[in-house]
Amino acid sequence: MTDTAPLVRFVGVGKTFDGRAWAVRALDLDIRRGEFLTLLGPSGSGKSTTLAMLAGFETPSVGDILLDGVPITRTPPHRRDFGVVFQNYALFPHLDVAANVAYPLDVRGVARDAQRRQVDAALAMVQLDGLGARRVQQLSGGQQQRVALARALVFSPRMVLMDEPLGALDKQLREHMQIELKALHRQLGVTFVYVTHDQSEALTMSDRVAVFDAGRVQQVDRVDRLYEAPASRFVAGFVGDSTQIPGTVAARETTDPPGTLRLAVGGAAPTLRGVDAEALPVGSAAVGCIRPERIEVLTAAPADATDTLAARVVDRVYFGDHLRLRCALVGLPDAPVATVKRPLDHAAVANAGASVWLRFPPAHLRLHA
Amino acid sequence: MIRPVVSSLLLIACAATAHAAPELVIVNFGGANGAAQRKAFYEPFERTSGAKVVAVEYNGEQARVKAMVEARKVTWDVVEVESPDLSRGCDEGLYERVDWSKLGGKAAYLPAAVHDCGVGAFMWSTVMAYDTSRFPGGGPKTWADFWDVKRFPGKRGLRKGARYALEFALLADGVKPADVYKVLATRDGADRAFRRLTELAPHLQWWEAGAQPVQWLVANDVAITSAYNGRIDAARREGRPLAVVWAGSLYDFDYWAVPKGSPNRDLALRYIATAGVPDHQAAFARLMPYGPTVPQAVARIDAETLKHLPSTPANMTDALKFDARFWADQGEVLEKRFAAWAAR
Amino acid sequence: MTPPAVDAPTLARAVRRERRRRTAGGLLLVAPLLVFLGLTLLLPIGTLLARAVHDPQVATALPATAQALDAWDRVAPLPDAARVALQRDLLAATDDARIGGVARRLNGDVPGARSLVMGTWRALHHDPAAAGFDPTAPRAAALEAFDARWADPAVWIAIARNAAAFNPDDLLAAVDLRRDAQGGIARVPADESAFGRILARTLGVSAAVTALCLLLGYPLAWWISTLPPQRAALAMIAVLLPFWTSVLVRAAAWVVLLQREGLVNQALIAAGVIAEPLALIFNRTGVVISMTHVLLPFMVLPLLAAMRAVPPTLMRAAVSLGSPPLQAFVRVWMPQTRAGVAAGVLLVFILALGYYVTPALLGGADDQMLSYYVARYANVEIDWGMACALAVVLLAATLVLYTLYRRVARDTVLGA
Repeated sequence: MTDTAPLVRFVGVGKTFDGRAWAVRALDLDIRRGEFLTLLGPSGSGKSTTLAMLAGFETPSVGDILLDGVPITRTPPHRRDFGVVFQNYALFPHLDVAANVAYPLDVRGVARDAQRRQVDAALAMVQLDGLGARRVQQLSGGQQQRVALARALVFSPRMVLMDEPLGALDKQLREHMQIELKALHRQLGVTFVYVTHDQSEALTMSDRVAVFDAGRVQQVDRVDRLYEAPASRFVAGFVGDSTQIPGTVAARETTDPPGTLRLAVGGAAPTLRGVDAEALPVGSAAVGCIRPERIEVLTAAPADATDTLAARVVDRVYFGDHLRLRCALVGLPDAPVATVKRPLDHAAVANAGASVWLRFPPAHLRLHA
Repeated sequence: MIRPVVSSLLLIACAATAHAAPELVIVNFGGANGAAQRKAFYEPFERTSGAKVVAVEYNGEQARVKAMVEARKVTWDVVEVESPDLSRGCDEGLYERVDWSKLGGKAAYLPAAVHDCGVGAFMWSTVMAYDTSRFPGGGPKTWADFWDVKRFPGKRGLRKGARYALEFALLADGVKPADVYKVLATRDGADRAFRRLTELAPHLQWWEAGAQPVQWLVANDVAITSAYNGRIDAARREGRPLAVVWAGSLYDFDYWAVPKGSPNRDLALRYIATAGVPDHQAAFARLMPYGPTVPQAVARIDAETLKHLPSTPANMTDALKFDARFWADQGEVLEKRFAAWAAR
Repeated sequence: MTPPAVDAPTLARAVRRERRRRTAGGLLLVAPLLVFLGLTLLLPIGTLLARAVHDPQVATALPATAQALDAWDRVAPLPDAARVALQRDLLAATDDARIGGVARRLNGDVPGARSLVMGTWRALHHDPAAAGFDPTAPRAAALEAFDARWADPAVWIAIARNAAAFNPDDLLAAVDLRRDAQGGIARVPADESAFGRILARTLGVSAAVTALCLLLGYPLAWWISTLPPQRAALAMIAVLLPFWTSVLVRAAAWVVLLQREGLVNQALIAAGVIAEPLALIFNRTGVVISMTHVLLPFMVLPLLAAMRAVPPTLMRAAVSLGSPPLQAFVRVWMPQTRAGVAAGVLLVFILALGYYVTPALLGGADDQMLSYYVARYANVEIDWGMACALAVVLLAATLVLYTLYRRVARDTVLGA
C-alpha cells in the first residue's frame, strides 16, 4: 500500500564540507506521507544541513535521497516542488505581499486571474486577507512569517520545509504561531518537515521528532515516546528536563518486569531499580535518568527504603504552574543535585535546608550508558 | 582640514629661517627648463646675493597670480611668464612695472625682451619637427609640406587651441610670414585658416603638454608635429633622429615678472639683473637651447650650441614673431571659434 | 494610580518646552557641521552664481560714461557727451588694474577693444598732448582722431551694455546666446556656438562612461561578493589600484597601451585580428576607455556594498519557489542591488561630468569636456565671469538630471 511507503527516504546520506569533518553522517531517515516531522537538535548537530540537502541547496557527499522511490539527490531545488520557509522569512523586498505570494505561481506560468484567486486564498488561509497591496517592510515579524508561509504553500508543494521559522518571534507570538502551524498542517494534509533547536516547539507540533546530535540521528519517534522512553542519555537530557544520577549496574533483577536493572549509586546509599534502556551489561557504568515530575518527595523517612535516597533541599523555585526543588543527594559521592517538580498545592513542599527522601519509581528511572 | 595647519606650520618654519637668509620665491615651468634655470641663474644668484632661492613650478596659470594680488598676499617674488600673459597681466595690474635703471637700461637687452612689466628671460620657438628615419628621401621643409599628407604620409601633431595652429595654417596657405597677423585679423583670413585646419583635421592629433609631441614622434604615433624646440633638442641629445625645421617657426620670449605687491621687490630685481648677465645667459643656452635676451651673450656661446638656438640669424630668416598683442585682442574670439570648430 | 491633576494647556506647554529643548540640543550638535557646510559649500556656490552675472568693473571704472550712455538708444548717433565723459573717466582712473579689467571685459564683446582702451588710457596718462588730447578740457573729436576704432558704435554698445553691474551676458554666452544691440536675445552664429555642443558632449561622454562602468563593474562586483573575505580584499586592492597612481601616470600608461604602435594594437595585429592599427587614443575611444578605468572603483564599491547586504536566503527562496538560478538571479537578486546601481551610476556620472585632465591628455580637440573650458577660462584666460557662467550651466544641467534621476529612481526602486 502506497500510503505506508515513505514519501522521502534518506539512504546512507553523509555530508562533509571540508572533506574531514562530517556535518551529517550515515543518515537513514524516512519521512512519512502527510506527517509533521521535526528535526530537533542543538546547533551544529546536522539538522539544518539535512534540511538543506532535502531542499536541494546542498548535495550529499555520499548516499541518496529518494522521493517516492525516485532518487532526487542531484535534482536542482527549483525542480523539487518543495515549499521552503526560512528563519529570516526571505521575502522579496522589492515586491508587495501579493506579488511575493504570487511568485511561485508566476514562474510556473499560472494565468493572472488564477494567480489572483490562489493568492487571495493563500492569504486568507494565513489570515492576511486584504493585505496583498502592502509592502513587506510595513508588516510585523509575525505577519511577514505568515506571508512566507502563504508563499510556500500557495503552489501546493509536495512538501513544506521550515528552517527555524519562528526563531525570530517573541515567545507569545511563537506559541500562537505553533498552534496555527499545527492547525494548518491538519487542514492541508501536506507533509511538513520542521527544523528547530527548541524542544518544546518540537513537542508541541510534531507527529514525530528526529533528534540530531553530532551529525547523527539519535532517535526518531513519536513525541510521547521520545519523552517517556528516550533512547539515549542525550535524548533524555535534550528533550524535556531530566534528573540524572550516575552509578554502576549492580545486578539484573529477576523478580521485576523483564529489563529491570539495579543501579548502585555509591556510598552507603541503597540501590535503585530502573529500566534497562540500552541493554547494559552488569558491572558497567550507567546513569539513571528520570523526569523531575516522576520523583516522589517524602518529608519523613519511609519504612520501606526501596528506591529511595535521602536528600537535602538546596532551594525552592516558584514557577507559577509548579514548584521546583533542587535537592542534594546526601550520602552519595559529590552529592549530585536532583531536580524535582511538584504541584503548587503539594503537601510535602519543603523549605530550603529541610531533609527529604526522594523515591524514584522503577518504571520511570531509565538507565543509560 | 590638514592644509591650513600644514601651511601655517610652514609659515612658522619660513619665518624662523627668513631671518637667517633672505628667501626669494621664483616660479618657473619646471622640467628640464627649470633645472637649467637653477644651474645657470639661481645658483650664481645665491652665491653673489647670499639669498636662498625657492623654486616653485606652475603651468602658466595666471589665475594664481591674480588671486594673490587681489588678496594682497603675494608669496611669489619672480614669475616666468609667457608674452600674452605678461601683456594682459600688465594691463590688469598683476605685475610691477620694471625699473630699467636698476638693470643697466633697456639698451642692454634685445628690443623684444623689453616690456613695461617684464624682462626677457630667454627666447624659444615652436618649430616643425619630424623623425628623419621616416623620410629617407628628405623631410618636409615648409608648412605646406606639413599639410601635404600624400607626399609625407602619417599623422600630424599640433598644439590644441587656436594659437599657433592658425598661424601655421596661413603659412601653409601661402601667406608670407610678415603678413600672417594682418591676414588673420580679417574675417576672411580667419576663415582661410580654419578651412585649412578642416582639410587636415582627419590627420591631426592635438597635443596639450609640451612633452607629448616629442613622445609621439619617438613612438611613431605622428609623422610630423609642431613642438617646442627645447623639447626636440633634449630628445635629439638622447640620440633620437629628430630634425627641426626653422622656416616658418614661431618664436617668442618668456619674461621675468614681479607680481604686484611682492615684499621682496628689490631682491627680485637683483635676481633679474643676475639672470641678464651674459655669462649666465650663455650657460643657460648651453643647457637649454633657448636664445639669450642680451646680445652680448651670443659671443660667449659656442658654434655647435648656436646652431640649435632659435635666436641664431640663420634660424630666424623665415621665422615669425608670435604676436602677443594680436592674441590679446583676438584671442577670446578665435579660441572660442576654435572650440566651436572642434565641436562641429 | 491617578496622575497629579494638571490642566491640559499646562501639559501641552510642558510637552512643547521639552520638544524645544531637544531641538535646540540637536541644533547645537549639528551647528559646527552647518557652519562648515556653509563655508565650504554654500558660500563658494553662492559666489559662483554671483560671479556669473555680477561684474561691476565697467560701472565702477567708467561711471560718467555709463551715465552719459544711459539715455542713448544705441541707434541714434552717439552723443558727444559720452565721448567727453569717457576721456574724463580714463583720466580719473589712475589704477591700471581697473582699466585692464574693463579692457578685458569689452574685448570679449568686441575683439580689439583691449588694445583700444589700454592704448587710449596710456596715451592720456603719459603724453596726452602728443596724442591730441587735452586733459583739462577734453574734446569729443579727440578720441576718433587718436584711434579710428572709436568711431565703431559696437565699442560704445559694448560699454553701454556692460555698464550694468548685473548682466546676463556670460550666462547667455555659456548657452550660445547673446544680446543684440537692442538688448534682444539671439543665438550666436553657428561658427561661434560651441558650448551647447560641448555640454551635450560632456553629458554624452559621462553617460557612456557610466554605462560602461556599470557593464564592467556589475559582474566584477558580483564576483568579488562571492569570494571569501581574504581573496575579496585582494580583488578590491586590484580594483582600487587606479587610485594609487596620479592622473598623469595613468594617462601615460594608457598612451603606452593604446597608441598606434602600442601594446594593444601590436597584439591585435600579431593575432591577425586587424591589419592596420586602430585609432584608440587621442579620440573619443581613448577618453572613454581611460575614464572608465579611473571611475570603475566608484561603481564597484557601492555595488559591492549593496550586493553584500543581499541576504543569501533570497536566492535560495527564489530557487525553492521554482525559479531556475538565472531567473532567480534576474528577478530576485538583481532588484536588491538597485540602490547600489543607483548610487554607483549617480557617483560615476557626476564625477565624470567634472573630468577634464584625462580628456585633455587622451582626447582629441573635439573631446574636451565642459569643465576643461571652465578651467581654461579660470586659469588661462582669467575670465572668471565666463568660467563661473559655464560652471553654473554645468551645475544646472547636473541638478536637472539629478531631479529626473530621483524621479525615475523612486519609481523603479519603490514602484516595482
